[in-house]
Amino acid sequence: MIKLTSPPRLLIQRVTDGEAGGAEQKEGTERPKWDNKVQYLLTCIGFAVGLGNVWRFPYLCQIYGGGAFLIPYVIALVFEGLPLLYMELAIGQRLRMGSVGVWNSISPYLGGLGVASMMVSFLVGLFYNMILAWVLWYFFHSFQSPLPWRDCPLNLNHTGYLTECEKSSPVNYFWYRKTLNITPDIETSGPLQWWLVLCLATAWCLVYICFIRGIETIGKAIYITATFPYLVLTIFLVRALTLSGATDGLVYLFTPNVSLLLNPKVWLDAATQIFFSLSLAFGGLIAFSSYNPQKNNCERDALIVGCVNSLTSIYASIPIFAILGFKANENYNDCRNWNILKLTNAFNIGDENITLENYDDWLNHLNTTDPSEVESLSLKTCNLQTFLDQSASGTGLAFIVFTEAVIRMPGSQVWAVLFFVMLFSLGLSSMFGNLEGVLTPLLDLHMVPPWIPKEIFTGLICLTSFTVALIFTLGSGNYWLEIFNSYVGSMPLLIIAFFEIISVAYIYGINRFNDDIEWMTGRRPNIYWQATWRFISPFMLLVVFVAYVVIEAEKRPTYNAWNPDYVNFPLADVLHYPEWVFAICVLLSVLPVVSIPLVALYRFIGLLKKYIMNRHNPNPYANEFCNGDL
Amino acid sequence: MFEKIFFLLCLSTALAEQLCRPEASDGYRVRLSIKTALGDEAYVWNDNEMFLFRATLAFAMRNQISGQEFEVSNIIVCDETPRVSFWFVVTSPQNTSQLVDKESVEEAVRKSRNRINSAFLLTDKTLEFIGIPPTLAAPVNPDTPPWLIVFGLVMGAVGAGIIVLLASSVVQKKRKNDEKPDDEEIDEETRVKTVENSAASEGIYNRSFSDDERFTHM
Repeated sequence: MIKLTSPPRLLIQRVTDGEAGGAEQKEGTERPKWDNKVQYLLTCIGFAVGLGNVWRFPYLCQIYGGGAFLIPYVIALVFEGLPLLYMELAIGQRLRMGSVGVWNSISPYLGGLGVASMMVSFLVGLFYNMILAWVLWYFFHSFQSPLPWRDCPLNLNHTGYLTECEKSSPVNYFWYRKTLNITPDIETSGPLQWWLVLCLATAWCLVYICFIRGIETIGKAIYITATFPYLVLTIFLVRALTLSGATDGLVYLFTPNVSLLLNPKVWLDAATQIFFSLSLAFGGLIAFSSYNPQKNNCERDALIVGCVNSLTSIYASIPIFAILGFKANENYNDCRNWNILKLTNAFNIGDENITLENYDDWLNHLNTTDPSEVESLSLKTCNLQTFLDQSASGTGLAFIVFTEAVIRMPGSQVWAVLFFVMLFSLGLSSMFGNLEGVLTPLLDLHMVPPWIPKEIFTGLICLTSFTVALIFTLGSGNYWLEIFNSYVGSMPLLIIAFFEIISVAYIYGINRFNDDIEWMTGRRPNIYWQATWRFISPFMLLVVFVAYVVIEAEKRPTYNAWNPDYVNFPLADVLHYPEWVFAICVLLSVLPVVSIPLVALYRFIGLLKKYIMNRHNPNPYANEFCNGDL
Repeated sequence: MFEKIFFLLCLSTALAEQLCRPEASDGYRVRLSIKTALGDEAYVWNDNEMFLFRATLAFAMRNQISGQEFEVSNIIVCDETPRVSFWFVVTSPQNTSQLVDKESVEEAVRKSRNRINSAFLLTDKTLEFIGIPPTLAAPVNPDTPPWLIVFGLVMGAVGAGIIVLLASSVVQKKRKNDEKPDDEEIDEETRVKTVENSAASEGIYNRSFSDDERFTHM
């Protein structure tokens, strides 16, 4: 029976290495380390706190019954998020290597896990930085008065506005036409949009300058990029609460609707939100904690990072929803004013005689005196609830809904600039984690020739990523980004995390893991950690993964296309993915994960070869029975 | 005699009323929203304001059709409502029973729109000529789009930063390389010593041939 490499010898070897200060790295420089604990914590928090905290969590809160959503969210955090987080930080700190090295150390058959993490980090980094490029584009345009997304551009003979803009809205037009210049479907690629290429180059240069020497420079940059969003959120909070209609938005957000909790999709979304929000299974957290001294209380770190991440989500949703409430209120008033104007003009009533307050009385009076005329006007039904329901998540929230709210606030340019800089810092600190998840394994595997300085290597990584990410600057780039987001940034991570926790709990051995942690922190993990690592978290991950696959496989995947020639424009044209695109989607999901069995198979074949060679040419001086155990 | 004058006046007003019919072919409806535009400083619409309107429109017609001297009496107004809105037609100064065609009126209004608006302290939105869409203000297009300027600033700063960091790491490396030759010399000396020492301990003494005295002594 083939025995997996026994961990005990590995443990002792690692212990001596640790105490000697990394013996195998004596020839070059010693392993870089954090300047202080605060840097490390801020980097982990910055990696975990990203764009999703601002534009996904408030949306989920809103559609899943407000305050009631916190129940599944906290349960998912306690039983899935925190255990996985603690485990990743602990093994990184113990084995002092990036993801590939760590899993190779635990068992050579599991090396594929590290490769999978590295691939996912690379692929996610590609499209994540494209989003930052869009944020930069809006940031560059926020220094104009009036803001360019406030008005529609004029048509050729200056008699009216462009039809595409008139039918939708100036904000939509600016996003879909001026920014993305989007094609009507994914098969039409369109050319590279030069302005997006420039923005993408700027984004990668900004990432490079922070990432140029690995954690040395990241540690300095993180002081700003991790703390600035909190400052801006506080400023927005103070401003938003003074806007009219803010309370409507907040009430709408937080009113609990407990009956929605019976829907299993709520629990699934809570679990996936926690999982992706904490940036688990990317290998970035393992990389960051590998630069720690081994005697460090990683239990406390995990609790801090996990709780700060969730609290940030909740804190961010308050100003977001106050501002959305303000926007809904403005839209509602606009709707009613439009009705008022129609009535005033049709019945030639004095200007400003009908106001928002006496509108209902006037309407009744006019209905009784001349109902047919009122009918012919086709007045809009204005309902505040409908406007509040017009929420969005993701890029829709940031670039359409929020930009519309900003134009109605006095001093729009300031708020726009602050908002986009905040989004950029949030995204930048997450990008550090993605890139470290790629860099640290490559450095640890010594795949980098020593004559290449680190600066050049990080530059090469950035340059390669920039070149590949140019597909997102095509006309159909947004559609491709959605594909990457749904297929790379979801299922492979669940699979990797499941294998991670199974490996640590059952292959490495939970008892040895407990011993390691006791050596590092001085305390054995308590029953809560034991129960979650052994049973609860793997079980939850399995359930979430199966549910996810079932829900996704139910229907043939579709996407929303922006097609000005569509009959029901400005509604989205719902199209099916063509066959070749769907094949790419499946490839993207499978490619990172396929390395797990492939590497195991490769090692197994290597072992078989050695076994067969030994059988054919037995070496009488080699005593096989002494090699295995110690 | 007075009756004749009175009769003529009645006839002319009757004719004028016949000429000016709301929604007839050669006129336009005007709609003013004074309170919306001016709020507390709104003036009351009365006959004097109407007179000003007719005079302004006559001015616009004079500008458009040179040679013909339009008078206030050539602008006929009817169907006033409390909104404030009314219908107007323009008669030709040469023949008061003939209306000036729609296109000329539209041209005249378009050309002098700004002057008409400012006479009443209103804007295109608050003084509407229904059927004559206002020429929208062309957006200001600067030579360099402002976003390129911000982009240039950011890229410049970032580029400078990258160059500084790369240069500093090159300088650091050079300094390390200058220190290294000193360390290497010390290393060489110690290495030489160890080589000398190890030469003495090379080789394993083979004991199997050291005991052959026992066997060869016969």
